[in-house]
Amino acid sequence: MASATKGVDLRTQFGFHTIAVVCLVVLYFPILILVVFSINANDLVAVFSGVSTKWYEKAFFNEEFHNAAKNTLIIAVSATIGSTIFATLAALATTRVAPWRGQNSVYMVINLPLMVPEIITAVATLSFFALLGRTLGLNFGIGNIILAHLVFCIPFAYMPIRARLETMDLTLEGAAADLYATPFKTFWHVTMPLLMPGISSGAALAFIVSFDDFTITQLIAGPGQTTLPLYIWNMIRRPMTPEINAISTILLGISILFILISFWIAQRRKAG
Amino acid sequence: MTGLPAVEAKNVTKTFGAGPDAVVALDNVSVTIRQNEFFTLLGPSGCGKTTLLRLIAGFELPTGGSILLEGQEVAHLPPYKRMVNTVFQSYALFPHLTVAENIGFGLKMLGRRRAERDAQIESMLKLVKMEAMRNRKVHQLSGGQQQRVALARALAPHPKVLLLDEPLSALDLKLRKEMQIELKRLQHETGITFIFVTHDQEEALTMSDRIAVMSGGKILQIGTANEIYEHPVERFVADFIGETNFIEAEVMQRIGNRGQIRLPSGIDMAHELDPAAAVGGKVTLAIRPERIDLVKPGADCQLAGKVENIVYFGTDTHFHIDLDTGGEVTVRVQNRRGFQEVLKQGDAVGLRIAPEAMQVLKD
Amino acid sequence: MASTDVAAPAPAPATPGPASTLSAAQAAQQRMEDKAQVRRWILTAPALITVGIFGILPLIIIIIYSFLKAAPYGGVVWSPSVEAYVSFLFQQDIFTDELVFSPDFLQIYLRSFVFAVGTTAICLLLGFPTAYFMATRPPKQRNWWVLLITIPFWSNLLVRTLAIMFIIRDEGLLNNLLIGLGVIQQPITMLYTDFAIVLGLFYSFLPFMVLPLYASLEKLDFRLVEAGYDLYASRPKVLFRIVIPLSRPGIIAGCLLVFIPALGAYVTPLILGGGRHLMIGDLIAQQFGSGRNWPLGAAQALILMSAVLVALFFYVRASTGKVKHG
Repeated sequence: MASATKGVDLRTQFGFHTIAVVCLVVLYFPILILVVFSINANDLVAVFSGVSTKWYEKAFFNEEFHNAAKNTLIIAVSATIGSTIFATLAALATTRVAPWRGQNSVYMVINLPLMVPEIITAVATLSFFALLGRTLGLNFGIGNIILAHLVFCIPFAYMPIRARLETMDLTLEGAAADLYATPFKTFWHVTMPLLMPGISSGAALAFIVSFDDFTITQLIAGPGQTTLPLYIWNMIRRPMTPEINAISTILLGISILFILISFWIAQRRKAG
Repeated sequence: MTGLPAVEAKNVTKTFGAGPDAVVALDNVSVTIRQNEFFTLLGPSGCGKTTLLRLIAGFELPTGGSILLEGQEVAHLPPYKRMVNTVFQSYALFPHLTVAENIGFGLKMLGRRRAERDAQIESMLKLVKMEAMRNRKVHQLSGGQQQRVALARALAPHPKVLLLDEPLSALDLKLRKEMQIELKRLQHETGITFIFVTHDQEEALTMSDRIAVMSGGKILQIGTANEIYEHPVERFVADFIGETNFIEAEVMQRIGNRGQIRLPSGIDMAHELDPAAAVGGKVTLAIRPERIDLVKPGADCQLAGKVENIVYFGTDTHFHIDLDTGGEVTVRVQNRRGFQEVLKQGDAVGLRIAPEAMQVLKD
Repeated sequence: MASTDVAAPAPAPATPGPASTLSAAQAAQQRMEDKAQVRRWILTAPALITVGIFGILPLIIIIIYSFLKAAPYGGVVWSPSVEAYVSFLFQQDIFTDELVFSPDFLQIYLRSFVFAVGTTAICLLLGFPTAYFMATRPPKQRNWWVLLITIPFWSNLLVRTLAIMFIIRDEGLLNNLLIGLGVIQQPITMLYTDFAIVLGLFYSFLPFMVLPLYASLEKLDFRLVEAGYDLYASRPKVLFRIVIPLSRPGIIAGCLLVFIPALGAYVTPLILGGGRHLMIGDLIAQQFGSGRNWPLGAAQALILMSAVLVALFFYVRASTGKVKHG
């Protein structure tokens, strides 16, 4: 048996390379097709007849598209800022501290949105805001959507921040105190700068999940509160042109941009 | 410079936890450290030396007793209010700052102006010979370089007291020796009181003005290197520092603090004794291996035995002697004229020891 | 803020006895601990309040809703009733007013369960070799693979599902290709079938299986694999006897991460099912939309949540139960 394995990479298994490549191709092929057809000169969504950027132009001059993009950005930016701040505060209180009563419950509560299927959260949030509107007359408009997004953005921001905090050298804060830094100054000059990669990573993730959200947003959005994913959904129900490909590609592009940013931050942290 | 001691610990106790699982890290410890001293806390791991250091720095609060810095009670003050700085065992350099920024950190926190900070940073860089590295980031430095930056950072605010928590333990031997000389020089030049924590007794002996030997949360003995080495008061101290031979002797007579003790070989000697030593009782003598002379058997000597083993150490030779009366003794002879094969295994030999070389230990 | 926790010693001092035996220093320590505790609660408050009010409270509300009566045009009437749960299994016969067992909803739940299990199985079958392959690459290559899998993981689900739709439509790429190649004359109906939904689920959740598996396999000590070979084990044996048992935590995590969203999938059946092949997700949504039966929707949501909790329970059991091979 020893001679049979000599010279062969002991770690590989038969066929795994092929399967991995196939999976990768399968994952990207549909996306690629979508993107390719967005520069289709043709009106038909499935026949390619030449390169043209007219669908992008159409999108850019589209009033509805502008509106949807504006709404999406308002919601995503608000939810990102809010969730990142809240998650940072919560992470500081729950990481690297001696276990305190309630720490576990806090952790579970914050991560709850991740364990509930989105459709359930969506109908629950819908019911909640409907009730709020009817009994207390409270309607925050687009704020409703922002609040709903905050709930599921917090755990996504929390994870990378907590991970970063856990790997930080505990004695650094002691060293700062030893060198005459008050607790606030220690936080500002030592903890925050070192935490920045985690915070940036968390913010990027929060932005992505808010930006991309469809299920929850669809169920609670009112008229005039269309976001980009909802806009695409509306386009599906009308006769389709490659404009839908163009807008989908734009959406994809923005997501991928933030993924790359988040990845790059993580890589830099490993080096430095 | 006032006449007050730099640091004073009075009956300090520190307990971690409570109830049956409580750990007493420091048990009624008192010590006075003078200004401009190089003072070492020496002891095995778990003896409480680091805990005492942390109490002085302000990272822990004493369970009982008080800590004074230049006469001021400080036990209730947080670390950032004490004019004391620490060099940590892991250096704890700020990874997001350059060498210069690290060194200037304390001054920045104290609110010193830019010009003053920069001047002080320059002089510190010169002091630890790291001028070329001023803009490097911490991860680009070697262990020894990081250590020097940690030192400079702690010295920059010119504290009254500098605490060093086993700062040399991560360095290789050659570097350690170099840094030991460096630290001594720095202490001399800056005039700052150094409190140094280590488990390495050789390090303590070579660097310190005074040493406190600790074990089990208590201070066993405080003295100069010479005092501790030549006149250990307790068995632990004698055993921990260097090598010691232990011989039991019987108290034959005692008047005041002088008396007569009988060695196992039957020979009597006059010696100082503790007034508490009872006649007829036993005392333990500590004898350093290099204070024993090997003589021909039968010559004027206090003990006799046979050579059991000879170990060559280059600078000197160790003879393991089996005593005629039982027990073993190690004798160290310097190879002043090179190694000479005068004695062989199995030879009978006499051991001559001067009374001053025998230290009576407290029981 | 955080540094005060560093200054205070870690173990919380228990009160050793009557207050008179506490030294001044211990009292100061206790006060510092209390202050630190208050500080922690203040820090976690914003997150807790947000998730509590806008995350947990809504869930409680739909639990309550499931026990109320439906209002005629959507919403609820505040009078307690179990008709929502009853109508999950029974319909009122229009002629006899008797309750007749109606399997419609149950069928949908069963179908969703089968889809979810099937998706999980396929993802595992294809995802495991992929993750294993990734974990055995040299570090630089590995990073590229991780990036390539991470991108679909975080990309917009709606857009990705749309992409699948474009390919399997009657006028889509696949059919056009097959017709163009002369393999078939008429387009094969792939869209709006069970096949479409499972394909969509697989496509959506494959990265959800690969990444946790990869995380687990990356930590694998491959010296154990080499030891297996050294002891005359063949490749399949090493795979099944050593690698798979050791990566059990990753396998369980991946399965959970696929099964739960697949069970409650909404977007996939919405786009690829065409309203005809309902899964639980769109069923629930329908009650809150055109179905105008909020309590029923709430009840259905709770039944789904129970299934998820059962799955989570097994996960906790499986990951804290058996200790892995030493």
